[in-house]
Amino acid sequence: MMTNLLLFPIIIPFFFAMILMLFPKKIYAQRVGALLALGSTLIASVTLLYKVKTDGIQAITLGSWPAPFGISMVSDMLSILLVLSSTVIAIFVVWYSFSSIGKARESFFYYPGILFMLTGVNGAFTTGDIFNMFVFFEVLLMSSYLLIVLGGEKVQLRESIKYILVNVISSALFVITVAYLYSVVGTLNMADISVKIAQINQPGIITVIAVLFLLVFGLKGAIFPLFFWLPSSYAAPPIPVLALFGALLTKVGVYAIMRTYTLFFTLDQSFTHELLMILSILTIVAGCIGALAYFDVKKIIIYNIIIAVGVILFGASQMNEASLMGSVFYLIHDILIKGALFLLIGVIIAITGTSDLRKMGGLIRSYPMLGWTYLIAAFGLAGIPPLSGFVGKLLIVQGGFEAENLWGSIFILASSLVVLLSVMRIFIYAFWGEPVEITLLTKKHYRGLFTPALVLVGISVLYGVGSEWLVPYMNDAANVMINPSQYIQAVLGGS
Amino acid sequence: MEIVMCFVIGFLFMAAVYLMLSKSLLRIIIGTGLLSHGAHLLILTMGGLDGSSPPVVSPGVTDYADPLPQALILTAIVISFGVTAFFLVLAYRSYQELGTDNMNLMRGTEDDD
Amino acid sequence: MKTNDVILQTTTKLIFFIIILFSIHIFFAGHYAPGGGFVGGLLTASGIVLLLLAYDIKTVSTALPINYTVMTAIGLLVALATAAGSIIFNVPFFTHAFDYFDLPLLGKQSLHTAMLFDTGVYLVVVGVTMTIIQSIGADD
Repeated sequence: MMTNLLLFPIIIPFFFAMILMLFPKKIYAQRVGALLALGSTLIASVTLLYKVKTDGIQAITLGSWPAPFGISMVSDMLSILLVLSSTVIAIFVVWYSFSSIGKARESFFYYPGILFMLTGVNGAFTTGDIFNMFVFFEVLLMSSYLLIVLGGEKVQLRESIKYILVNVISSALFVITVAYLYSVVGTLNMADISVKIAQINQPGIITVIAVLFLLVFGLKGAIFPLFFWLPSSYAAPPIPVLALFGALLTKVGVYAIMRTYTLFFTLDQSFTHELLMILSILTIVAGCIGALAYFDVKKIIIYNIIIAVGVILFGASQMNEASLMGSVFYLIHDILIKGALFLLIGVIIAITGTSDLRKMGGLIRSYPMLGWTYLIAAFGLAGIPPLSGFVGKLLIVQGGFEAENLWGSIFILASSLVVLLSVMRIFIYAFWGEPVEITLLTKKHYRGLFTPALVLVGISVLYGVGSEWLVPYMNDAANVMINPSQYIQAVLGGS
Repeated sequence: MEIVMCFVIGFLFMAAVYLMLSKSLLRIIIGTGLLSHGAHLLILTMGGLDGSSPPVVSPGVTDYADPLPQALILTAIVISFGVTAFFLVLAYRSYQELGTDNMNLMRGTEDDD
Repeated sequence: MKTNDVILQTTTKLIFFIIILFSIHIFFAGHYAPGGGFVGGLLTASGIVLLLLAYDIKTVSTALPINYTVMTAIGLLVALATAAGSIIFNVPFFTHAFDYFDLPLLGKQSLHTAMLFDTGVYLVVVGVTMTIIQSIGADD
């Protein structure tokens, strides 16, 4: 088979984005091109998933350099699952954009922006080189800068300045951290770093670098003290962009933390992983407070992103088989369900014309289908069996009990109740109660908005119901994190 | 040499933080520029300041400088060049649109009312 | 305010071509010595910026009717196509190849696929720099 297969999910969107840059004004061609790009990316990812499942971890070093010197790209089960779900989300967001984003944005590099961002996201998931990860982070950040200001409304301009400022600072920190790491281990290849860290035996410096990495990725992934920028920035852009950001961008940070904390920083777990656990619990608490405090639907779901980040990282901090598997389960569940929820509240906002809960009501009469779909998605988010959030959370809590962190696990369970309460508030306010004056959408417009959301909720339900069937895949993903030696062997060969 | 570099880097970071904490958007952008310069200098220092070995390999040279920090710096410079340029354009646009470059007047207020 | 630009404009007419030639020299020098697509591209862009300073955007855009966004896209395509050529030969991405050829006038020279990649970089750098300059300077 082809050696370069694992690069296809990165190259295809990049290639199509460049083609689409050539004719920005032809909207119809832009739409077709974007769907074509995402469709072929999806096919490539599924093929790659099959190959990783049958042949084990795929690795390639660019330019035919020997392994620790060139840039390695590695596709293990964790990264290919994330690549696949990112591609799926991008497809639905693009589908939803057709009827909501507006011609002005569509003709100003909107679809190339999404494709470039997918390039960055897939690249960050696939790369096996720490500096290359920085480069892919910048690719996805640059395209996110474009997407967040696109349209140039006053709110967008104001919030994007803060968004860019925070990310510029975190990028500078990333460079600084990589510089420190390079001076200590003298290599950038992630598998090689893992080997060298074990050899040099300098726990003090390595722990400092671990905390710096937590800071860098925590800024992107919105963990406890560093999430301050997220809610107002994410609320500014239009719904499809918000769905894309909310489903993917924080997850890249979370993935990076999981990767570095299972591959590099395993020596001083009593400090680094303890810190990660405490921060993740504080993240959950902060997210819960935010989710209950607001009457703005966007803000409620945005704070739910922060809760989910906390839950996933709690699983990652426990470092046992059950909790890591739960984290992977929950990570992918959260990508799917957050995308679905943002699209659904997008429909609600489009119908009512406001994002303020107090000005909504009685939607269930005119849009019953929307109401029930939202309810299923909300139950899925809270983790009610047999929907998608349940298995992940169960495994994380089980892992927490196995590692004897009773309080942490209890916080996770309690947070489910708060999550349920926060999303049910949207249901109660928006769908029950006195109907308010609304402008009915045209049938075609409504269908264009609602169908992608409905299908995405359907996929997330299938993900929950069919979780038994997914266990072998998740097991492989968790296995690589528990035994990094497989990863190292796949990249460096032999030894 | 490393000690001197450390002070220079520290000074750059100090100036960057000072500028980024000011109210004017333009000063903030200059601050981010200084921050990335500091980071680039840090990579160079962390790669080891030998100073004697040549950076470009020519025939007969066996001992040459580690090329990796230079490659990293070039990449980081290009990226920060792009981001700074984008940031400047954005600042200019938002100055036109919002009529101010004072960060105090750019607080999020729309959703608080 | 009307300023007298005669000296600047006259010098620019001369200097512009020197800058462009020098940028091409730097671009080709990048093969084995310091230089390459990035520096060459920046030099070319600086030459065009000098034109913009001496004349105005309208004059320059009639003299050089280039859509810089398209130029960026084409540059990226060239770079990617070079790197992706390795897919056809089933070797890892970005693997380059070179060989020696006897060219008329120039004698024995090595031709390298990295050159094509650098051409892409050159186009991207010129395109991006000029897009930035134009979007900042468009309102004057």
